[in-house]
Amino acid sequence: MPPEASLKPEASLNQPISALAIRKPRIQQDPAWIRWGLTLIVLVVVGVLIVIPVVHVFSQALAEGVGVYWDNLFNDPDTLHSILLTLTVVPVALVANVLFGVAAAWAIARFSFPGRTLLTTLVDLPFSVSPVVAGLIFVLIFGRQGYFGPFLRSDGYSIMPYLFAFLGVVVLLAMYQLFRPTNPAARRGVWSYPWLVRLAGGAAVFALLVFVQQYFEVWPRNESLRIIFATPGLILATAFVTFPFVARELIPVMEATGADEELAAVSLGANGWKMFWRITVPNIKWGLAYGIILCNARAMGEFGAVYVVSGHIAGQTDTMPLRIEKLFQEYNLPGSFAVASVLTLLALVTLVLKAGLERQGIKKVDETVPAEFAAGERHGH
Amino acid sequence: MSNVNRRVLPGFSLSLGYSVFYLSVLVLLPLAACFFRAGSLSFDEFWNAVWTERARAAYLVTFGSSFIAASINLFLGLLIAWVLVRYEFPGKRVVDSLIDLPLALPTAVGGLVYANLYVPTGWLGQYLVPMGIEAAYSRLAIVLVLTFIGLPFAVRTVQAVLEQVDVEPEEAAASLGATRWQVFRRVILPLLYPALITGFALTFARCLGEYGSVVFVSGNKPFDTEIAPVLIVARLEEFAYGEATAIAVVLLMISFSMLVLINVLERWSSRRAA
Repeated sequence: MPPEASLKPEASLNQPISALAIRKPRIQQDPAWIRWGLTLIVLVVVGVLIVIPVVHVFSQALAEGVGVYWDNLFNDPDTLHSILLTLTVVPVALVANVLFGVAAAWAIARFSFPGRTLLTTLVDLPFSVSPVVAGLIFVLIFGRQGYFGPFLRSDGYSIMPYLFAFLGVVVLLAMYQLFRPTNPAARRGVWSYPWLVRLAGGAAVFALLVFVQQYFEVWPRNESLRIIFATPGLILATAFVTFPFVARELIPVMEATGADEELAAVSLGANGWKMFWRITVPNIKWGLAYGIILCNARAMGEFGAVYVVSGHIAGQTDTMPLRIEKLFQEYNLPGSFAVASVLTLLALVTLVLKAGLERQGIKKVDETVPAEFAAGERHGH
Repeated sequence: MSNVNRRVLPGFSLSLGYSVFYLSVLVLLPLAACFFRAGSLSFDEFWNAVWTERARAAYLVTFGSSFIAASINLFLGLLIAWVLVRYEFPGKRVVDSLIDLPLALPTAVGGLVYANLYVPTGWLGQYLVPMGIEAAYSRLAIVLVLTFIGLPFAVRTVQAVLEQVDVEPEEAAASLGATRWQVFRRVILPLLYPALITGFALTFARCLGEYGSVVFVSGNKPFDTEIAPVLIVARLEEFAYGEATAIAVVLLMISFSMLVLINVLERWSSRRAA
């Protein structure tokens, strides 16, 4: 095809404008037989690797009819329990990682400090750890032979008053940080001694919370607290493997938005809380949603890490993916595929939401695409 | 910018303090505990755990399968990214979205369905097994399922760069009389080398640690189809925590070096792209 053909004005005038806009430049066009050949190969590869397995899950799950499918899901107490357990573990891990993600993105995208690059790299660290190793490290700490094992077994709950008092102090400090007046002129009285308020207030609240919990004997004494082979271990392992998702979606989004609007809000007198909800959240909401759905999909489906910490007690510590494996080992394939079909449906919903969000204008900031490429893509447009 | 930010914007110490605290408690301290535990083993104990015949066979299977799967994905990633970026065809958006399915689909589901498809009575196994292709409970099964797991990493890395390739160098090459193949081979492919290598490294790193899907399809026979993470779990189930930790530390060292390598590659490729 002669390259000058595309330069002829009448050739382009005869075509509708929309077709011209979509059409790739002639020069980049491969011959038709290559185009169709390669497209066909891709369709076959995607078909064999991805489409057939998805279809297979549903056809196997429904092979013996809808009634059996329903029974497999909701009339098997262990399967039902695994669904409920997954629905308990995942939200807790998700909330913890969203809090971390927002905090880390705020610190990394808005401020410069020594170790900023290191922190950004460390956020990704859990992605490179094998899930089995992720489970193992928690067994080494909290397991029966682990570092805290003997303590947890003899009097594990005695840690709880301090833990909750600590959480209380963190919440209080966050409140103080967010609600104190931003304008230095308005900081009178207590507000003018921030470090004194933080230290004295924190210590007082800590002591008070510990005292209250001890006095009313909220927690049992001399009882063993199970973390491994119990729900807390499942939450820890799930939070570990899904740790980077929200943070690494939010950091580029926040960097791209820039701090101008927030600076304006603060200089007009908004406090941290108001600025966060009126400016920051609306700006990052799609990126946040993107991070949450990816994090959720991974958390629901996590297998290796929870496999190691769960102990496989049917009806107690089996999450949905572990239930799939147990049913598979018991040669209960319809049951196994029934649970698998629920998770597959979830994966498909995740993909649809993801595609929808990408069309909303969220740039593809995949976990798969290295941050540098994504950054290049952003600046390129 | 940042100096102004720190004086004006609220929450610097709070957000940084909380992120560092959460990172340390959930990630850094547990990982340190793993190294600490391995450090408490004597050298002989450590060596005897990580260099047994069974462990060596497991490393070989893990590395070999991951390497082959990453190589297949190197090729598939280029092909699929090329077709998705350069061509138009009905259903392109659906195919583009489906590429991410291995990321969204729980690995256990992937393993279950691959195990079931390729057994002699399975949908695909009934045709393949008579031809002598046993893609269930074999090393081939591991490679196949790892190819599935790694596919999105390979495709997306190449796709992101291919979308950025300008038309000018291609036009120049074509107007100087290069054939389409020469343009691809001499102009486009060199631009993609960094992305291809990064994609390969990402896929390889992901495959090395994979457990959920392989445990379903491989049959987990020691010396034959047992991968290193499965060996760790086997040691744990024998309550041999020391040995399990030693093998885990070996895996951690390898994945950390992969992480460093990938970071270096990304720097290199972004410098080349600039």
